[in-house]
Amino acid sequence: MATLQLKQITKSFDDTHVIKGIDLEVNDKEFVVFVGPSGCGKSTLMRMIAGLESATSGDIVIDGQRINDVGPADRGLAMVFQSYALYPHMTVEDNMGFSMRLAKVPKEQRRQKVLEAAQILQLEPLLDRKPKALSGGQRQRVAIGRAIVRNPSIFLFDEPLSNLDAALRVQMRIELARLHEELDATMIYVTHDQIEAMTMADKIVVLHDGEVEQVGSPMELYHHPCNRFVAGFIGSPKMNFLEVGLERTHAEGVEIRLPGGGTCSVPADGSELAVDSALELGVRPEHLLLDDQGPLEGEIQVLERLGGQTSLYVQMGELMVTIMADGDVAHRVHDKVRFGFEPERAHLFDASGLALPSLHQHPLARLTRRDNRVASDADSL
Amino acid sequence: MTTSRTKQPGSETAAIPLAARPSLLASPGIRKLGLAVLGWTIACVIFFPIFWMVLTGFKTEAAAIADPSLIFSPTLESYQAVQDRSGYARYALNSVAVAFGSTLLALVIAIPSAYSMAFLPTKRTKGTLLWMLSTKMLPSVGVLVPIYLIFRDVGLLDTRTGLIIVYTLMNLPIVVWMLYTFFKDMPKDILEAGRMDGASTLQEVLFLLMPLTLPGIASTGLLSVILSWNEAFWSLNLTSSNAAPLTAYIASFSSPEGLFWAKLSAASTMAIAPILVLGWMTQKQMVRGLTFGAVK
Repeated sequence: MATLQLKQITKSFDDTHVIKGIDLEVNDKEFVVFVGPSGCGKSTLMRMIAGLESATSGDIVIDGQRINDVGPADRGLAMVFQSYALYPHMTVEDNMGFSMRLAKVPKEQRRQKVLEAAQILQLEPLLDRKPKALSGGQRQRVAIGRAIVRNPSIFLFDEPLSNLDAALRVQMRIELARLHEELDATMIYVTHDQIEAMTMADKIVVLHDGEVEQVGSPMELYHHPCNRFVAGFIGSPKMNFLEVGLERTHAEGVEIRLPGGGTCSVPADGSELAVDSALELGVRPEHLLLDDQGPLEGEIQVLERLGGQTSLYVQMGELMVTIMADGDVAHRVHDKVRFGFEPERAHLFDASGLALPSLHQHPLARLTRRDNRVASDADSL
Repeated sequence: MTTSRTKQPGSETAAIPLAARPSLLASPGIRKLGLAVLGWTIACVIFFPIFWMVLTGFKTEAAAIADPSLIFSPTLESYQAVQDRSGYARYALNSVAVAFGSTLLALVIAIPSAYSMAFLPTKRTKGTLLWMLSTKMLPSVGVLVPIYLIFRDVGLLDTRTGLIIVYTLMNLPIVVWMLYTFFKDMPKDILEAGRMDGASTLQEVLFLLMPLTLPGIASTGLLSVILSWNEAFWSLNLTSSNAAPLTAYIASFSSPEGLFWAKLSAASTMAIAPILVLGWMTQKQMVRGLTFGAVK
């Protein structure tokens, strides 16, 4: 049982406000990912939870207890550092058992616990090695093992995969997800990589400039981003943004004028919009469809064939638009193409960057990774 | 380089660009040879006095003041005379006690100071470091009288304790500076991981910081030992017999009765021998320690 609440947390270094009042609730056994561009305060926020940094104001509450003034080791947390931060002069076993050595746990018991953790992480053959003699992935596992033996109520991961190469990162991602299931613990994970956030999180917290932009399940953030920043940050390749004119609003949505002159009705709530408001249309590259009758037109500048998919970078006046198309498209560079989109897949943002609320909820928007698991378990039965 | 090259004979072949023309100085082999000659010359110039001192120690007094010559019949006469007059061992023991004692004390004070400066810096840390170093620029003689008077009043004159205190204070700025640069180089994450694992500050220093920066601490300690060993100003002024280290031993041979070159040389050779051997054995450590900040 481990829950975490942040209440109006702020952090300032002299005159720089790094965290500007964050409220957050982390439920028991949840996998929560803090994601945001570098400098958004996500690592600072995690360090405050860990106790390595003090909060300037606000409360940090674990299992109903305010722990602002409790030392890092007594908060019942364990942290995995970006650099692994293994103790270079100790063997793997000593690295993992260091916390117990400090707590004066008898040697036999210590060894027992280290072996248990080593088993989970397949580290048994490496227990006598020093960190220098390990590969990146093994070091990562030792760092996780060091956290496991502490039996923490909450695991904290600070960009744990960013020092690994791409293939290993995918593998460790899967291993971490598996570990979460096996340990059934609350985990908080910091990353700047939205793919890690999307694939592992039950709940994503998008941070920007020391503030929470949006909290939600991966699918919710993908299908219903609440503002332009979240829309651009979640999803890869990035969402395309086009300036559009407001034609009129009606009960079924907002009618907009597209750059090419065509109109289109997007099912979003425009009741609050003033006449002649500036609007921006957001469509993800995978939702733009090549279509000879489509309302938009441009010239292909770059074509990236990935095999299964092809990315088209299309010049539309001043603007470069990305389209994820089928792998078999026959177009060539400098071809003129027409394309369109399904209005239900489009997003509208007002002048301040806020999304107009969508009129219908995406069926998967409430789905979390946990639900995925249940569904796939059911499938396999 | 360019100007010197244009003056070389053959520079009239102006059609070839300057850089493409073969130059004697640019050839790597010649350059290497030049550097080697330069290096050896400097080394010899620095080493010659020591060499001459050792040589003089094996001469008779008469040969020592005669015309300088490399050819003579070596004798241990001076060593014998030096040993007869005063016990080398007593002075050497004082030197060892004072050099190592002051180094140990300096490390005990400097490690916590450098820790706090490296890992918990404030706005004034840089200023404090510079200020500490600036005290090394003050001529020692400027504080001789007050320190002498204080030592006289508290009974520290001619005691090892007194000398240890003075040497500790003398070396502290350098010791803190060096440790600071070594500690700075240690990843902060490791200490934080230790803190998450439940280590107190003392445990962090003992179990993580010190084992990991041991090479740095060792070379810092070595430098402090050498500086204390070679120190002469304070030892001559604050000690007379009981606590007198080897530097005072050497000085005692330039007595009012006249200079005895051979004996003085023999005494000096014996005084520097231990530290020379120590320096020789640890020169790798020393070089690494001293160039640490520079090559980073």
